[in-house]
Amino acid sequence: MSEVTIRKQRIKRDSVKVRLIVFGVLAVMLILCSIFSEYLTPYDPYLQDLSIAKQGPSSEHLLGTDRYGRDMLSRVIVGSRASIFSTLLLVAIITVLGTAIGVICGWNGKVLDTVLMRISDMFLAFPGLVFALAVAGCLGGGLQNAIIALAAISWPKYARIARSQTLAQKETAWMKAAKLSGSSTVKIIFVHILPNIIGPILVTSMLDIGTMMMELAALSFLGLGAKPPIAEWGSMMSDTRSLITTSPWITFSPGIAIFISVMIFNLLGDTIRDYADPKSRGR
Amino acid sequence: MKKYVLHRFLQLIPVLIGITFLSFAMMRLAGSDAIIELYGDKGAVAEEIIAAKQAELGLDKPFLTQYLAWVGGMMRGDMGVSYVSGKEVFGTFISKLPATLLLTALSIGMTVVISIPLGVLAAVRHDRFTDYFLRFFSFVGNSLPNFFVALLLMQVFSIKLKWLPVISKGLSVQSAMLPTLTLAIAMSAKYMRQVRATVLEELNKDYVIGAKARGVRSCVVLWKSVLKSSMLTIITLLALSIGNLLGGTAIIESIFMWDGVGKLAVDAITMRDYPMIQAYVVWMAIIYVIVNLITDLLYHALDPRIRLGVSEG
Repeated sequence: MSEVTIRKQRIKRDSVKVRLIVFGVLAVMLILCSIFSEYLTPYDPYLQDLSIAKQGPSSEHLLGTDRYGRDMLSRVIVGSRASIFSTLLLVAIITVLGTAIGVICGWNGKVLDTVLMRISDMFLAFPGLVFALAVAGCLGGGLQNAIIALAAISWPKYARIARSQTLAQKETAWMKAAKLSGSSTVKIIFVHILPNIIGPILVTSMLDIGTMMMELAALSFLGLGAKPPIAEWGSMMSDTRSLITTSPWITFSPGIAIFISVMIFNLLGDTIRDYADPKSRGR
Repeated sequence: MKKYVLHRFLQLIPVLIGITFLSFAMMRLAGSDAIIELYGDKGAVAEEIIAAKQAELGLDKPFLTQYLAWVGGMMRGDMGVSYVSGKEVFGTFISKLPATLLLTALSIGMTVVISIPLGVLAAVRHDRFTDYFLRFFSFVGNSLPNFFVALLLMQVFSIKLKWLPVISKGLSVQSAMLPTLTLAIAMSAKYMRQVRATVLEELNKDYVIGAKARGVRSCVVLWKSVLKSSMLTIITLLALSIGNLLGGTAIIESIFMWDGVGKLAVDAITMRDYPMIQAYVVWMAIIYVIVNLITDLLYHALDPRIRLGVSEG
């Protein structure tokens, strides 16, 4: 390898680091914004004032007002809590649940493995949102049920990754050494297996945040997630759909908020993947 | 190959049992309040009426009996009657299915037309302006929720430009344009990336360098070898993405009032019409499983390494 290639690689590696920092900071800012949303709003997001209903964007109301005269900017900011927070919760749930099931399957093998993997096959046999729609339909609306519905269809992917990684780890020499030296199963799983398999799983969950955010918003849009008057981006869009001809800013501002957040999390996910696995760069 | 086909068909059985069982169990668990839904949950309905209705709908029998009866009915094309309209569920579903299949086929067609040329172009122009430009668009497309794209397109083409109807009027070219475009945009964004990655991988193989070194023109290498060998993967990836499309149609159909099974399902969910939701989930899953099976078999039949390999007999 010539000096020039090494230098080029170092520059590339550095640019990934810069991207990681930039997108990481942006993502943290989004999350902070969703946590402290109540303190960031210029107006009360639920305060109705019909005298200023359906006003276009102005210096007073940067994103205009909706049909009840509620400030759209405040509603979009408050909506970040339901949208971003529940997405992160959902991704956390499926990561933990999927990993736990996968590790148990990989470690235990035998009947339990077969049964759980067949169950995950069953879930994978349903096309994407179709099953989530049905689950949400059965449980009735509500953000909580939408999270359950999406978690039900998303965990098998994580279980598969965790299982195959665990199986690979089980064959390594240090695992045998750990077993021979009398470590307990719990210790082996938490000290030896988890730290070694968590990388690819976390990369997958980072890459999934954007998709999950869109699917959650889609369920809310269909009325199967958060219900009005709770400000949530998806439900805000469907709620104001009829106003699209006269005052499009009401419908589009939450949409743009979803777009920006999804993009930031997607960029962060891609960057983390590049950082963890330099081979995948530029793919 | 024959062995493999048989093996795959045998594998299908537990999956189908799983699909039907899961859909049935889910609806039954939720279905207990269907009676209450039917009469309103005021608690003013006499126990006997509820019991009579339960007997009529077969809700008083043991769970497994109900399941077997339901599967038996499903095979005969009898999936009960809608709680809302009182019509045959299966008949309604089948009558709406062609519209959804048409929309799916159109979107796949448009996706192929958009994403394969662009994906190949991006791979050929790897790490140059065209590539970055196309990747940027694919990235934006990936970050846009499809209902947002639908509303944007509606705003631009139907409301501002008035070229196309806002809601579909039956099965016509004009009404199909926007829903097809919406679905194709989302799918192309994802798919273009995959096409690019596949072609790029093929382009980096040794035989390409060899051919170039021997003085074979780049476009000959591209058309005669690279595309030929990457097409199989590309087609498989496309077929596998049909599942996402089937789920995605539901929301787009209900936005554009496209009269297919997706809209039917969304309406059924809002009305808590359990038999209808059940029919939708089961049949969509069966269609998906069958499409995947056909893809897999085709892949095996077309791949010369497998077709001509040792696995004969």
